[in-house]
Amino acid sequence: MSIKMSTGLMPCFNVKNMKIALMFSRPKRRIYTTVFILVFAVSLLSACGSMNKSGIIVAGSTSIQPYAEVLAEEYMILHPGAMIDIQGGGSSAGIMAAQSGTSNLGMSSRVLKDEEKSLWYVEIARDGLAVIINPANPVQNLTLDQVSDIYSAKITDWSQLGGTKAKIHVITREDGSGTRDAFVNLVMGESNITPRAIVQDSNGAVRQLVADDPNAIGFISLGLVDETVKALQLDGVAATRENVMNGSYNLSRPFLFVAQTEPTGQTKEFLDFVLSAEGQQMLVNEGLISPTEGT
Amino acid sequence: MKINKEKISGLLFLLIALSALSVLALITIFIFIKGVPIITKVGLFNFVFGMVWDPSHGAYGIFPMIIGSVSVTLGAAILGVPVAICCSIFLAEFAPAALSNLVRPAIQLLAAIPSVVYGFWGLLFVVPAIRNYLGGPGLSILAGSIILAIMILPTIISIAEVSLLSLPRQYKEGAYALGLTQWQTIRSVLLPAAKSGIVAAIILGIGRAIGETMAVIMVLGNAVAIPQSILDPARTLTTNIGIEMGYASGEHQQALFATGIVLLVIVMGLNAFAQYVTRRK
Repeated sequence: MSIKMSTGLMPCFNVKNMKIALMFSRPKRRIYTTVFILVFAVSLLSACGSMNKSGIIVAGSTSIQPYAEVLAEEYMILHPGAMIDIQGGGSSAGIMAAQSGTSNLGMSSRVLKDEEKSLWYVEIARDGLAVIINPANPVQNLTLDQVSDIYSAKITDWSQLGGTKAKIHVITREDGSGTRDAFVNLVMGESNITPRAIVQDSNGAVRQLVADDPNAIGFISLGLVDETVKALQLDGVAATRENVMNGSYNLSRPFLFVAQTEPTGQTKEFLDFVLSAEGQQMLVNEGLISPTEGT
Repeated sequence: MKINKEKISGLLFLLIALSALSVLALITIFIFIKGVPIITKVGLFNFVFGMVWDPSHGAYGIFPMIIGSVSVTLGAAILGVPVAICCSIFLAEFAPAALSNLVRPAIQLLAAIPSVVYGFWGLLFVVPAIRNYLGGPGLSILAGSIILAIMILPTIISIAEVSLLSLPRQYKEGAYALGLTQWQTIRSVLLPAAKSGIVAAIILGIGRAIGETMAVIMVLGNAVAIPQSILDPARTLTTNIGIEMGYASGEHQQALFATGIVLLVIVMGLNAFAQYVTRRK
């Protein structure tokens, strides 16, 4: 086989034609194709990169990120040619990016600190946090302190809380998650979540586990509570959208868009869309609470 | 001209072969570049033997995860190895050709099932079963061990079977000629002769168990504390990376790469040991 091939190619093999012969022999051609595809892909990527520069960059909280992506997607369909780049990094990173101007908008899922109050900001939505247990569990109401004690393993049995005698299975989110961050800030105070807690990496996984396990307790975004789990009353206040809106239910956090100065141009157009009835409705459909709701 | 062409083709193949190798080198270098800074900052001893993993408070100790990896893998070996060895003996010595031709591909098929499917199955059947009959949250070392035991079966069975089949025919014939029964032959002649191959099979199976991520994330519970019983949740080195990489940045991300370094060293050590065992005849 190899002899046959080499004799077949032999005539081409004078020095001047060698390159051409190589070019047309099969494996070489494949290599050229590969190289071409690679070059094409790289140039395409760099084209994308340069396009981003002319668009809007929105960076920050990973809790807001999925909702911002939904909004950006819809906005880009409505405004062909517009480019909105949504990046994660966390609330603090988002605020810093807005402060320094590396992003047009920062996303923060926590209240601004005093030294950050000089920034321009707008609340695009609120998110409630529900503490959930299995529907078969007789416990209806806990105080915030009790929830904190459960998560720091000071309370370990349901009988200490008026339930049946059974060990509490504490479920939390992974380190770095925005939901966990909010829970720690709103509930835990100075204490830490016990390392013995079961860790799940999504709201859905936490809900599924609580729905399956009569002794489990977890926390998820209020919009994702369904009939498979029971949202606890906290300090006697039910976890409902109404109570988040009127401020009586404590476990909620604002979703903020932050900017260096009041946005203009493209950024303002995107913001107007987010705050429009249509944009707000999209957020409500995704399970968030609109700050304009009920007004 | 002809020599030139030979040289070129030789070079080309060398280059392609090297490219496969260079991927390994690149990954290793990348993991080390990303992970070493945090190890030097925390200190190797504090990183490997640290008891607290709390990245948001700057605590990076992976000892609970090492214990998690070891206990889940040990559990998988205890549950899986006897079954796998018996299965390979059955396939190599007892099974009629028609049956072994049916069983062998079926076992190979076990290896083709994606790990997320194993995890999902474990979550829906193994975890509730443990919760209802043995207590605890169900997500536990036991659940992880059961899933991993099934996942390492094909690796161990096929390598152990090959090492049994590759023994010289004279061993068996000699044993029969001395009047040994089939079971006596297997126990006192074939198994000792194939020992190195079987040990290598077990080690490779264990390597597979340590490296498995997806299925384990789903059934292990991922708690970062040293487990006190097999019904407690635990976290392995792989699941530590898998569960936290989504949001990790900065030092936290470096610490996950550093977890990868430890994992890489362990798996490489195991593979080297398997090679050493098979070569030492």
